[in-house]
Amino acid sequence: MIDVIDLKKSFGKVDVLKGIDIKINKGDVVVVIGPSGSGKSTFLRCLNCMEDPTGGQIIFNGVDIADPKVNINIHRRRIGMVFQHFNLFNNKTVIQNIMLSPVLCALSDRRKAIIRNIFSKKKEPVRSKDEIKKTEKENAMKLLARIGLEDKANAYPSTLSGGQKQRVAIVRSLAMNPDVILFDEPTSALDPEMVGEVLEVMKELAKSGMTMVIVTHEMGFAKEVGSRIVFIDEGVIKEENNPKDFFDNPQDPRLKEFLSKVLI
Amino acid sequence: MNFEAKINKFIEILIDYKGYVKVIEGLENTLKIAILGLVIGIVIGTLIATVRVIPKYKTLPRVLNSICTFYVGFFRGTPMVVQLLLFYYVALPLMGINLPSVSVAIAVFGLNSGAYISEIMRSGIQSVDYGQTEGGRSVGLSFATTMMKIVIPQAVKNILPTLGNEFIVLIKETSIVSFIGAADLYVAFNYIGSNSYEFMVPYLAMAIIYIVIVCIITVLIKFMERSLKKSDRRN
Ligand SMILES: Nc1ncnc2c1ncn2[C@@H]1O[C@H](COP(=O)(O)OP(=O)(O)OP(=O)(O)O)[C@@H](O)[C@H]1O
Ligand SMILES: [Mg+2]
Repeated sequence: MIDVIDLKKSFGKVDVLKGIDIKINKGDVVVVIGPSGSGKSTFLRCLNCMEDPTGGQIIFNGVDIADPKVNINIHRRRIGMVFQHFNLFNNKTVIQNIMLSPVLCALSDRRKAIIRNIFSKKKEPVRSKDEIKKTEKENAMKLLARIGLEDKANAYPSTLSGGQKQRVAIVRSLAMNPDVILFDEPTSALDPEMVGEVLEVMKELAKSGMTMVIVTHEMGFAKEVGSRIVFIDEGVIKEENNPKDFFDNPQDPRLKEFLSKVLI
Repeated sequence: MNFEAKINKFIEILIDYKGYVKVIEGLENTLKIAILGLVIGIVIGTLIATVRVIPKYKTLPRVLNSICTFYVGFFRGTPMVVQLLLFYYVALPLMGINLPSVSVAIAVFGLNSGAYISEIMRSGIQSVDYGQTEGGRSVGLSFATTMMKIVIPQAVKNILPTLGNEFIVLIKETSIVSFIGAADLYVAFNYIGSNSYEFMVPYLAMAIIYIVIVCIITVLIKFMERSLKKSDRRN
């Protein structure tokens, strides 16, 4: 689904990613670990071009989205992202947060369909604006029910706990019906007692077959949920393996050292 | 003449000699110029501020940015009276355009406040956490949509007091439009004064009207601030 070929990224003179190759298939749960500053976030953010790669290709559903000429917004609809600091829209209620992009995208598709209908004999069906909003609202409520936060639909993000915010952020990305969701340390900004509820939602997602790429320091979670673990260090993938072999039988010396520090 | 006589004289001209018609006309023009100027200024200012925060590694944003720098430099670097005179007596005649002085005043006030508001708006946009932009972009919204729906509404909330200040400045600055022959409050009260050969009371009345307008605006802004704050409150 995502085919990363020789991905490079530098900030000015600093080369952060020095050539990353990885294939992410449908249903994969790829967990990325590595020391601080090794480029994990940068790698993840290149996958949906939040950072523009300085070299290499990212083939997503057959299109190289690293090419600056492609309309990245269209592809980002299919790539969800969950941030360490949630990044919920502070000026919108919970349900508006979830509905905003699905509604806007549907409306813009609707406009395009109307224009196409003018020029072609074959008329495609066009939903009314109210219908679009109604469908998306129902969908958003269903998603909220999934995380048990229906009663917060009309609350503003500032009134939620960290764990609630992150769960809302996850369903916000789900609302776009993405092919893959990227997680950048989704539990690092949470109080310890809220980490569990967020990991629970992510586990469920993984079970439902969602393709996920997760940067995390939660080794237990990585072992349990990951289908593949990737160790990024010094801008390259030093090791990539299934969870069992990765943790029980690491090969790379830097990984051995890293694991000895984080697995006490 | 004692003060009471002066007031009587003022009221006589105001009522019997239809001075109030001039005052109402002046008030109308003052409000028209300030309000429409502010609206135009907010539109221009928001556009410029948006151009200023676009990432600059493509050519088009860089060119737009230079144009905006020049624009802001011109309108902040010259007095508004000079801009009024330049537009009314130089630029428009050269282009062969003939506009009523009030329209020219509205345009110049809009262009001028656009320059100031762009700086206010830019600091407002920069006060909004960059995560908001990232959140918007990550769900597939374009830069423009993210700005319009997410960032600018929050920026406006942050800069509302400063924006209110700008409006108050505009209201008071309208007193210069008589330079191009537009009838504002100053012209109205000057008319009353010169008809009675007595300026003390008319100018005092003019000052009071300005103060009342400014007080009303201040209250309105407080009210708007409070209603916009609802997303900050825990409920
Ligand atoms: N926008 C940027 N401009 C310049 N340098 C950057 C930028 N973003 C990241 N870097 C640098 O790139 C390197 C990798 O950063 P990155 O955030 O990807 O690391 P990370 O592996 O996610 O670390 P952490 O575990 O601390 O989150 C760091 O040295 C960082 O200073
Ligand atoms: Mg990081």
